[in-house]
Amino acid sequence: MDFSDSPQDEEFRARLKEWLAKALPTLPPKPPPDDWPARRAYDLGWQRMLYDAGWAQVHWDASPTERLIFLEETEKAGAPYVGANFVGLLHAGPTIAAEGTPAQRARWLPPILRGEEVWCQGFSEPDAGSDLAALRTRAWRDGDHYVVSGSKIWTSHAEVADWCELLVRTDAEAPRHRGITWLAMPMDAPGVTVRPLRTLAGSAEFAEVFLDEVRVPVAHRVGEENDGWRVTMVTLSFERGTAFVGEVVACRRVLVELAREARRNGRWDDPGVPRRLGRLNAEFRALWRLTQWNVSEAEASGGVPGVGSSVFKLRYSHMRQELYDTAADVLGDGALDLDRPWVLDRLSSLSYTIAAGTSQIQRNIVGERILGLPKGR
Amino acid sequence: MRFRLTEDQRALRDGVRGMLARRFGSERLRAAVSRPALDRALWRELGDAGFFALRLPEADGGVGLGLPEAVLAFEEAGRVLLPGPLVATHLAAGSVPGAASGETVVAAVDGGLVEWLAEADVVRGDASGAVPLRSVDPLTPLHQVAGVPGAGVPDPVAALLTAAEQLGTATRACELAVQHARTREQFGQPIGAFQAVKHLCAELLVRVEMARVAVYAAAVTADPADIAAARLLADEAAVRGARDCLQVHGGMGFTWEAEVHLLLKRAWVRTRRAGGSTESEQILAEDLLSEAGGQGSCLRR
Repeated sequence: MDFSDSPQDEEFRARLKEWLAKALPTLPPKPPPDDWPARRAYDLGWQRMLYDAGWAQVHWDASPTERLIFLEETEKAGAPYVGANFVGLLHAGPTIAAEGTPAQRARWLPPILRGEEVWCQGFSEPDAGSDLAALRTRAWRDGDHYVVSGSKIWTSHAEVADWCELLVRTDAEAPRHRGITWLAMPMDAPGVTVRPLRTLAGSAEFAEVFLDEVRVPVAHRVGEENDGWRVTMVTLSFERGTAFVGEVVACRRVLVELAREARRNGRWDDPGVPRRLGRLNAEFRALWRLTQWNVSEAEASGGVPGVGSSVFKLRYSHMRQELYDTAADVLGDGALDLDRPWVLDRLSSLSYTIAAGTSQIQRNIVGERILGLPKGR
Repeated sequence: MRFRLTEDQRALRDGVRGMLARRFGSERLRAAVSRPALDRALWRELGDAGFFALRLPEADGGVGLGLPEAVLAFEEAGRVLLPGPLVATHLAAGSVPGAASGETVVAAVDGGLVEWLAEADVVRGDASGAVPLRSVDPLTPLHQVAGVPGAGVPDPVAALLTAAEQLGTATRACELAVQHARTREQFGQPIGAFQAVKHLCAELLVRVEMARVAVYAAAVTADPADIAAARLLADEAAVRGARDCLQVHGGMGFTWEAEVHLLLKRAWVRTRRAGGSTESEQILAEDLLSEAGGQGSCLRR
């Protein structure tokens, strides 16, 4: 057991920090959170900077340890998040890289890496959330096209996306996991309607996407017809791998700021407050170590993130909510003021035990796939 | 970075696990409950195996290993609920003659309590006027001392080794709960198929894995805040884990005959050692303030 960087990792970290120190001051000012076209331009611009400097492929080609270092150091330096590039870099891109034809890889991967095209995800539906395989958006063949009708929900960046990685049902008779197909759908195709969804935090972070006889070329299918479920599982394991590394680093910083604020406003003198902060310090230290442990395991097993990430996600999502509830404890009356720091974060934190697999689904995964408990009837 | 056990560390853990399975399995545990006394022969065997001399330099007749290896050995001891003042004797190796070899059993005054006072050959600290308690744990005789409770700075190594024992007990609680949930049938199916039970087991594992990485990391860094974090998470994993294990066992969990109560009672005893949770929370809270002062040391390694 060893936390020190290998000589190669040390070199990687030093080279990255040096580049970040030079590159970040050249960034344009951050766009307002509700200006989606500006956010798209900003996020793509950052990806282009990464591309020009040779960092663009870090999520795909780098070792798990290098990816960890990348996420840790970019967060510490205050670099932009992956933002609008999330689906392209972490879902659709890896899927196309793993399952696409040479022509598909040549068409779609370079624009993702160069920061030219944005992807969104069309998986969940109003009646297919945790039970994703219940999806009902239909697609039928018409010559060299699929014709798609149905609706998708919780689609981030739908308003500004060029492409959608779309799951559709191509065989209604087959067992439900075997009748699904993965398509790349252009978002400007006739019949696509996007309606923003306002979250409880007041902002429109997601959208509903309505599909009315949208024509998608058969050449845009990745993998075989009706093999989309397997194709999709390749992507989901990416989401549950190192997706939260930067956030854990950020939570540690928030915790230090909370301690400082509690000391300043006198809340520190309530013995319950420092005790609560001390416990959270233990939690986020351990979450960081768990990340390092999972990455070391992935490194040893050939790079595929395993079910260990469900253990991480369960505790992390719970502790993120606990962190911002503690922030409210520190703020006192200020916790009711949307203009105070951490108040909006507290609202957003409520999605963490739901998004990307609810805590209840994660506990089923841990119970069945790690502990070997039987599935219920 | 390579945060996983080395081949040597795996071999050491497996060796200790094998030895303890042979010498202190479930039957021996039950027998010890009905006749609680320190097994001197086992104690010397532990000494011969290097359990107490693990961290002594080879030049001094020790094994010459470090905290990570000690933590792995203590985790295994915690897993089988090995009785005796293991931490006190381990810490005395090298300074109390015979402790390293297991010839001398060493107890220590810790806060207001002493474990295994009557059986010890040497007592560290002032145990004068110690009064026996009717100990909640049948396998840990306890004396209370009149001295100032919580006096003196708790030894961070004692805290870490205690956390390692808690980790082992938490792991055992998780294993027992899962085993029972897989085999016990009600309403025509194993109770582990019911999500209410399955999710209890899943949370048991989450706490165990959090405690594991915290304990192992603290063994590598020996940083006081890391040790405090390991302590908090391991205490929680063991106490909460034993409680949930008891719940999964239903009525049988409430009996003397089942092993589960022994896990919980030992876990409770250990939470009182080396300063306890309030002390750990304080260390971790102060650590945040020192970072707020501009050190930014939280994720240095």
